[in-house]
Amino acid sequence: MTTLTARSSVRPVLMKGNEAMAEAAIQAGCDAYFGYPITPQAELLEWMARRMPEEGRVFVQAESELAAINMGLGAAATGARVLVSSSSPGISLMAEAMSYMAGSELPLVLINVMRGGPGLGSIGPSQSDYFQAVKGHGHGDYRVPVLAPSSIAEAVDLVASAFEIAERYRTPTMLLADGVMGQAMEPVVPVYRTLARVTPGWALTGADGRPARVVRSLHLLPEELERHNRHLQAKYSTIEEREVRWAGERLEDAEIAIVAYGTAARVARTAIDRAREQGLAVGLFRPITLWPFPSEALAALAPKLRAILVVELSAGQMVEDVRLAVAGRSPVLFHGRTGGIVPTPGEVVDALRRTWDLADAPQIGAT
Amino acid sequence: MEKRRIIYQRPDVLTDRSTHYCPGCGHGIIHRLVAELLDEMSLAPRTIGVASVGCSVFAYDYLDIDFVESPHGRAPAVATGVRRLRPDAFVFTYQGDGDLAAIGTAEIVHAAARGERLSVVFVNNGIYGMTGGQMAPTTPLGQRTTSSPTGRDALTAGYPIPITEMLALLPGVVYAARGSIADPSAIGKTKAMLRRSFELQEAGHGLSIVEILSTCPVGWAMTATEAMEHVAADVVGTYPLGVMVDRAKAAATGREA
Repeated sequence: MTTLTARSSVRPVLMKGNEAMAEAAIQAGCDAYFGYPITPQAELLEWMARRMPEEGRVFVQAESELAAINMGLGAAATGARVLVSSSSPGISLMAEAMSYMAGSELPLVLINVMRGGPGLGSIGPSQSDYFQAVKGHGHGDYRVPVLAPSSIAEAVDLVASAFEIAERYRTPTMLLADGVMGQAMEPVVPVYRTLARVTPGWALTGADGRPARVVRSLHLLPEELERHNRHLQAKYSTIEEREVRWAGERLEDAEIAIVAYGTAARVARTAIDRAREQGLAVGLFRPITLWPFPSEALAALAPKLRAILVVELSAGQMVEDVRLAVAGRSPVLFHGRTGGIVPTPGEVVDALRRTWDLADAPQIGAT
Repeated sequence: MEKRRIIYQRPDVLTDRSTHYCPGCGHGIIHRLVAELLDEMSLAPRTIGVASVGCSVFAYDYLDIDFVESPHGRAPAVATGVRRLRPDAFVFTYQGDGDLAAIGTAEIVHAAARGERLSVVFVNNGIYGMTGGQMAPTTPLGQRTTSSPTGRDALTAGYPIPITEMLALLPGVVYAARGSIADPSAIGKTKAMLRRSFELQEAGHGLSIVEILSTCPVGWAMTATEAMEHVAADVVGTYPLGVMVDRAKAAATGREA
């Protein structure tokens, strides 16, 4: 997938995250959008309701998240570039079709603007769908690439990246934002990328002068299904080799690294400024792809650190992948808030101070 | 010299392979009807079928056309996505009664409400055949199944759902009819219903549904012959045959639908 054009407006515009992601999809060449109203992503649906018909493209407000994602499945089977969006409870309903699309190897981009859970939870921002996003979502052996923006400008860029990854690997791909990313407005110079149009060799167009094509995930013969699963796993290995993204800030002299993504990374940035004023050498390790997780880079960094502090808007989910990656090379501590509450920079500084003090104690460093 | 002419042959769209369907199952007949119409109406090169979950998921092995496999019950939503992206395609779903009348009721109702330009081939044998013959929402009262071993009791399991009649109420449904495959005459009438549905889609009308009363001899614990006779004698009592609504015809003749 090549980028045809990169366009940006001359001066910054004030954009709401949901609207910026929607427009980024349109500019990327999204052919069809299917959605269902849910807070805090409703503005994305509303933007598409207005803009897609203007562009002569497809918009359908479905009767449920189940229907929305399955309309997406049908549209993707025709070779179209498809966006579906929702928030946490709706994303749960979409797990079934995501599994079918992974099995059928259909590209589609799904945006989750996360809210507090479990259940109906709250409409406040959250990162408590991390496990769901990176550990499978639906049934069966499959993975979904997950991209996590931490600014609106980055979200605009990652929407195009998500389509690129989805089409390059024939896989559903998720963009994991949270309620702050969806609702916040900030001045951005949006750099839209328009992606080249490709008509894939598997798309359903009608078997006119060619053998019929079938888009399916059913393989009743165990040997056939295992062969298919090996093919999928090989594809996931390639994605793990090629698509890992992360960003480091002020890590050169850092003795403590905060590992955080999305909105938590923004809070961390402010906390790091304050901690450094207090003489603590702290840096930020920010995963941009949550799957594949930047495990190797983090493992390489860990021995240089006194400790790692993971900050999340959850009860502690990504921290498990951090511990797996670090494998004991550094103590890993956690600070998180749930329920739709965003941790304050002050809280994070306090947590950094505790992390620093604990890391000073020899028994902690030895574990 | 003896003159020969072809009076019967396999439709081009029907693949030359034995089906996995049980003896006496109606899917073979209904696949053939769909295949004949796709041939006769020259639709195959631009047809996209939507296969659903149940015995008929393998329709794509027997009909030589582009197919997408849908999650259970979601075929009308999948077909909506196909339809909206491929305005020139001929699009149909092929769904059983467990798929359409149980888990997929929301999807069929709302595709119908939107008037999606689709043909729905709805095969009703009143049972979950693929999973071993369990009771479906369509199972007639009193019928024994593996999950209603003493017969379907309205007190605990409710009543058979006449979903085609329900859908016929919606303005987005241009045509709703019910046929059967119990005998050659019924098969001919069912084919005419399917033809009407396909023609209406081609003419740009909304959703049409043809429910076809079919058989499941294994699930019903009957011989193939008994199953056909059961449809003709008993099942039609629960599900009367005929055209419930033809809004295109009503509009053309100026009568109320």
